[in-house]
Amino acid sequence: MNAQTLFPEVQQREMSFAEAIRDAMAIALERDPTVILMGEDIGVYGGAFQVTGDLIERFGADRVIDTPISELGGAGVAVGAALTGLKPIFEFQFSDFAALAMEQIVNQAAKLRYMLGGEAAVPVVFRMPSGSGTGAAAQHSQSFEAWFGHVPGLKVVQPSTPADAKGLLLAALEDPDPVIIFEHKLLYKMKGPVPLGHYTTPIGKAAVVREGSAVTIVASAIMVHRALEAAAELAKEGIEAEVIDLRSVRPIDRATIIASVRKTGKLVCVYEGVRTLGVGAEISALIAESEAFDYLDAPIQRLGGAEAPIPYNPDLERAAVPQTPDILSVVRRLVRGEV
Amino acid sequence: MVENQKNIPFAFRHFTPEALRRALRKMHLIRLFEEGAEESYMRGLIHGTMHLSIGQEASAVASCMELTDADKITSTHRGHGHCIAKGADVGRMFAEFFGKETGYCHGRGGSMHIADVKTGNLGANGIVGGGLPIAVGAALTARRLGRDDVTVCFFGDGANNEGAFHEALNMAAIWKLPVIFVCENNRYGMSTPATYATAVKNIADRAVAYAMPGITVDGNDFSAVAEAMHTAVARARAGEGPSLIESLTYRWRGHSKSDRNRYRSKDEIEDWMSRDPIMRFRTDLIAHGVLDAAGAEAIEAEAKAAVAAGIDFARESPSPAITDVTKFVHAEAAA
Ligand SMILES: Cc1ncc(C[n+]2csc(CCOP(=O)(O)OP(=O)(O)O)c2C)c(N)n1
Ligand SMILES: [Mg+2]
Repeated sequence: MNAQTLFPEVQQREMSFAEAIRDAMAIALERDPTVILMGEDIGVYGGAFQVTGDLIERFGADRVIDTPISELGGAGVAVGAALTGLKPIFEFQFSDFAALAMEQIVNQAAKLRYMLGGEAAVPVVFRMPSGSGTGAAAQHSQSFEAWFGHVPGLKVVQPSTPADAKGLLLAALEDPDPVIIFEHKLLYKMKGPVPLGHYTTPIGKAAVVREGSAVTIVASAIMVHRALEAAAELAKEGIEAEVIDLRSVRPIDRATIIASVRKTGKLVCVYEGVRTLGVGAEISALIAESEAFDYLDAPIQRLGGAEAPIPYNPDLERAAVPQTPDILSVVRRLVRGEV
Repeated sequence: MVENQKNIPFAFRHFTPEALRRALRKMHLIRLFEEGAEESYMRGLIHGTMHLSIGQEASAVASCMELTDADKITSTHRGHGHCIAKGADVGRMFAEFFGKETGYCHGRGGSMHIADVKTGNLGANGIVGGGLPIAVGAALTARRLGRDDVTVCFFGDGANNEGAFHEALNMAAIWKLPVIFVCENNRYGMSTPATYATAVKNIADRAVAYAMPGITVDGNDFSAVAEAMHTAVARARAGEGPSLIESLTYRWRGHSKSDRNRYRSKDEIEDWMSRDPIMRFRTDLIAHGVLDAAGAEAIEAEAKAAVAAGIDFARESPSPAITDVTKFVHAEAAA
C-alpha cells in the first residue's frame, strides 16, 4: 500500500521495515508509560535482527528489558504484566521459538478474557520474525500464521510493507486483546515510505494493492511482493491480476476477498506456510461458502509451502516455498483454462 | 606410569600417550574446521549463519575422551566441536555445511543440525535447551535395554534458564539415569552475560536443587575437564545417576555471523585469546614428554590436510535433487 495515497496530508519518510517497527515502538514508549519491551538480546545487542536497535539507549533498561533465554517464562511474564496494567511488546528472536511459549500464548493469553467472563484483558503484543530464505533451516524458518490463526482470542497480522509494519504494531498496542505480528525476515531491509508520527493500520482489513479483472491473487507478507512482481509480468501478456495483501489472518477480511473474486471469477492464494490446512484453505472455504462461489469460473488454486520442514540447502529451500515463477505459471494456466 | 603421580595432572596419568595425541589432533581439527567454515562463508561458498566454537576446543574434546560409539551425545547450535570430539568425519561435516547430499544430513540440516546417530551423536540443535530432555530420553533407553552406555548432554550457560533444563535435570535425578550434563559456560548467551541472566553464581550450584553432584571446572584445562568427566561417567555407568559439570570457557568469535560484539570489550576477548586452550594443552603434552615440538607440528599439519581434503570433498559432492524436497519427512514406504 502506498502510504501517500493512504495519508495524502501526512509527512512521510523512507524507512526500512525494521526501522518502521522501531519507529512505532519509540512512539509507543514515548506516548504511553505503561508500554515496555521484552525479549532476548533486545538491549545492547539491538535484537537478533536489529529491530530494537538503540531503543535501550533512548528508553533505558527498565523499559527495554532483556530476558534470559526463557521463552515460556518470558511470554508468561508479559501476559501477567498485560493482565495487570502494562502493555508489553514481547519479541521472540524467531517465531519458531514461540513453540516453547505456546502454553502462555494459547492457553493463557488467548483465553483469559473469555474464561474470566470478560472481566480481564491481556493487551500484549508478540512480535515474531518469521519465514524462510535465510539458510537457517528447519527450526529457524517456519511460518506459524495458521497455527495461531486457529486460536480464538488471538489476533494475527502479517505486514508486507514498512508503513503497515508500523501502523499494525501501533494498532496492536491499542487493541485490548493479544495480537501476534509476524514479521518476515526477508522484509526487514526492504524500504518504503512511512508516515511520520502516530497512526494505525486497522487490524482485520486486507488491502487491494493492485487492481485487475482477470484473476484475484490473495497473498501475505513476502508473497505480496512476489505476487506483485508476477502481476507486472502478467500485465505484459495482457493478464490483469488483482493483488490483495491479506495483512490480517485473524480476523480475516472476508468482504474485500469476496468482492474481488466476484469481479475476477478466479482465485489464487499464495502464502508461505505449509499448504495443507493453511491460510489458503480458509480463504478458499470462505469463497466456497459465500455468494462469490457462483462467480467462480475456474477451480481455486493454492500455492503454499511444501509439505516438509524448511531444508537447509539453498536450492531446496527456494523450492520449498512459492516463488514468482510458480505464481506466473499457475495464473497462466488458470486464465488459459488449463486447470 | 611415572613415579610420584600426585603431581601429575589426571589426564597424563590416566590416558595413554596415543590417546593424548589423538586428543590434540581433534582440538586442532576443531579449530581448523571452524576457520575453514568461516573462510568458506566469507568466500560465499556457504549460506545461512554459523556459531563457531573457537576457544572452546579443550572442553569438547576432554568431555568425550571416555566415550565409545555406543555412548550418546546431544549438542547445541555451537556444536561442530562436539561432533568432531565424538568422532565425526570433517569431510561429511563440510559437505553438510555446503548443503550437499554427502553431508551428515544429506544437506537438509546444515550447520545447526549436524548429527551422526550411528556413532551416538544425536545431533546439534537449533533450539536452545532442545537437547536436554532428549539426552534424558537416551539415558532412559540405555537403562531400559540393560546397556551401560551413557549420554553426555552439552548445553550453554544461556540454556540453563530454559524450563527444559530444569525439567530434564529433575527427571534424570529422580530416575537416577546415566546422563552427564555438561554446561559450557562461555559467559554469554548471545549478548547476555550469564551473571545477568542466571540467579546463582555458578551454574553448577543448580545441581543442588536436583540432588546431583555439581562441579565447576576450568573448561580450558583439558585435564580438569577430563577428570570431572571421568568421575561423572563412572558414576553414570555404575547406575548412580546424573551429574552436572560446568565448564568455564570463552568463545573467541562473535555469537554468530551477525554479532558486532557490542556487549564485551576488545581487552576481554584478547585476554582470553592470549590463553589459548590448544596451545596450553600442547605445552603440557610437551612438558610431560608425550610429544616434542616437531611431533605437535606434525599433528597440526595432518589436521590441516584433513580439513583441506574435507573442503574439497564437500565442494565436489553433488547437491540433493530439488524434487526431493519432501524426502525424509516420513519413513519411506518399503519398495
Ligand atoms: C529456544 C531458543 N531461544 C533462543 C534462541 C536464539 N539463540 C540461539 S543461540 C542463543 C544463545 C545461547 O547461549 P548459550 O546457551 O550460552 O550458548 P552459546 O551460544 O554461548 O554457546 C540464542 C539466544 C534459540 N536458538 N532457541
Ligand atoms: Mg554461552
